[in-house]
Amino acid sequence: MSLLQVRDLTVRFGRRRRTAVDAISFDLGPGQRLGIIGESGSGKTVTALALMGLLPETAAVSGSVQLAGRELVGLPDAAVARLRGDAMSMVFQEPMTALDPTMRVGRQVAEVLLLHAWRRGESVRAQVIDMLARVGLTDAERVAQSYPHQLSGGQRQRCLLAMALINSPDLVICDEPTTALDVTVQARVLRLLDEVLSVEGAACLFISHDLAVVSQVCSDVLVMLDGRIVEAGPVSRLFTSPEHPYTRGLVATARIDEVPPGQRLPVVEDFYPRQESR
Amino acid sequence: MSTGGASARPTDEGAAGPLYRVTDLVRTFGRGGRVRALDGVSLDVQRGQRLGIVGESGSGKSTLIRLMAALDRPTSGEISFEGRSIGDLREPQLGFLRTSVQPVFQDPRSSLNPRMTVASIITEPLRSVHLRAALSAEETRQRLDGVLRAVDLPPDAAGRYPHEFSGGQRQRIAIARALAPDPAVLIADEPVSALDVSVRAQVLNLLSDLVAARGLTLIFVSHDLAVVRHLCNALIVMREGRIVEQGAAEQVFSHPVADYTKALLAAIPRIRT
Repeated sequence: MSLLQVRDLTVRFGRRRRTAVDAISFDLGPGQRLGIIGESGSGKTVTALALMGLLPETAAVSGSVQLAGRELVGLPDAAVARLRGDAMSMVFQEPMTALDPTMRVGRQVAEVLLLHAWRRGESVRAQVIDMLARVGLTDAERVAQSYPHQLSGGQRQRCLLAMALINSPDLVICDEPTTALDVTVQARVLRLLDEVLSVEGAACLFISHDLAVVSQVCSDVLVMLDGRIVEAGPVSRLFTSPEHPYTRGLVATARIDEVPPGQRLPVVEDFYPRQESR
Repeated sequence: MSTGGASARPTDEGAAGPLYRVTDLVRTFGRGGRVRALDGVSLDVQRGQRLGIVGESGSGKSTLIRLMAALDRPTSGEISFEGRSIGDLREPQLGFLRTSVQPVFQDPRSSLNPRMTVASIITEPLRSVHLRAALSAEETRQRLDGVLRAVDLPPDAAGRYPHEFSGGQRQRIAIARALAPDPAVLIADEPVSALDVSVRAQVLNLLSDLVAARGLTLIFVSHDLAVVRHLCNALIVMREGRIVEQGAAEQVFSHPVADYTKALLAAIPRIRT
């Protein structure tokens, strides 16, 4: 049975009912890693927020989202809140805005634990330090005592990862977790994410506009365009023999290192014409 | 690019010399100069060169180009543009540099004023005190049409506001603004880092076409070596305020010498199947 089953998920915004996500369906098995690729405005972040129940009240969600057989669409917010950070968690793009600047990060990680899995008598501090060490922070004690601004971008993103993993969730949603990082830091964080997800056995929904990054972490991919899924399949097939012209364009633009210097780079419009250039 | 010793340098540093000459540049921040953002950097930029500056956050690359654009002053060391030292000039004396050096910043969402129309954003450099007497209203309009065409934006873009455009289009607006005063040098600070990978190619193609067509000197800052290699012919790699490697772009890319450069190259995300 699949861990996450999404059927005809549709999200509309505002009085004019602009469709951001248009009847998408997919499955995610336990421990599976699924990437969602698409450009800004394709609906990938809205999909993630819909799964987490984090959309604003102006959004109208329909269709079905089942996590381990339990329907989430239409569930009261208090019930979804019990799952958030426990059965499913999320790593956001910008660690500087996702962390509270006035709180030491150790306390922020502890907060997630105290809200859900903590039982009287357990040492919160020990668990927090242990989790921080597991996401590759070598001086976990000092990091726990630090405020977000005292940490580097990579350290902050590791702290977010620790918050997302401390309750051993079944599903971790990562929304562009490395986009704000330098390439060298990105490479380290991706390697770490790969390791930690394997150790914890958590399934992952990984959202990015960068195909190369998705291919480092995921085994399967969905390609989103204008709120719809236009192509889906295993990474090995999708990136070597894409079928949809839009996917072909995405793959070509991601292979910048294969174009001889000075030559014109391929753009998506070479493969998939659109009315308005981006 | 060369960083030859003082003896090898020409005595006349006017039109014949390099466009930029940077010697032993130091910029420190904080009390007592605790942070050495630039720690003794020397380099020459020739006319028509496309120089890529690569490094991680905190390597000093943005500090270096801020000094080159005269947006900041060095703590010590020399920096000259067209043979004139610019490190200690006052703003009114910097006119010659302000008109010929134009910046393009990383994030077009924050570098474009949301309350100005595209037309007034692009023509703002033309209203600078250094140019005000030079252009009539008609000439300004022609310049606006010209740069909008050059960056491939529709002519009706002029009357619209930045929020009506996508990220890639907004970066084109920023490039159009930089081109408006007809500069000789374009300084681009991570101009494609905030864009989707799929949009990145369009902006890079545009930049390389514009540089070729207008004979611009390009100074291009990025943390992504693959992007720099594509656009630039010369390359410097910076770390902790120093230059750790420099040379022809292709040379550095295919035969890196410094361990740090090798690490940067290895970190470039590649499609893994």
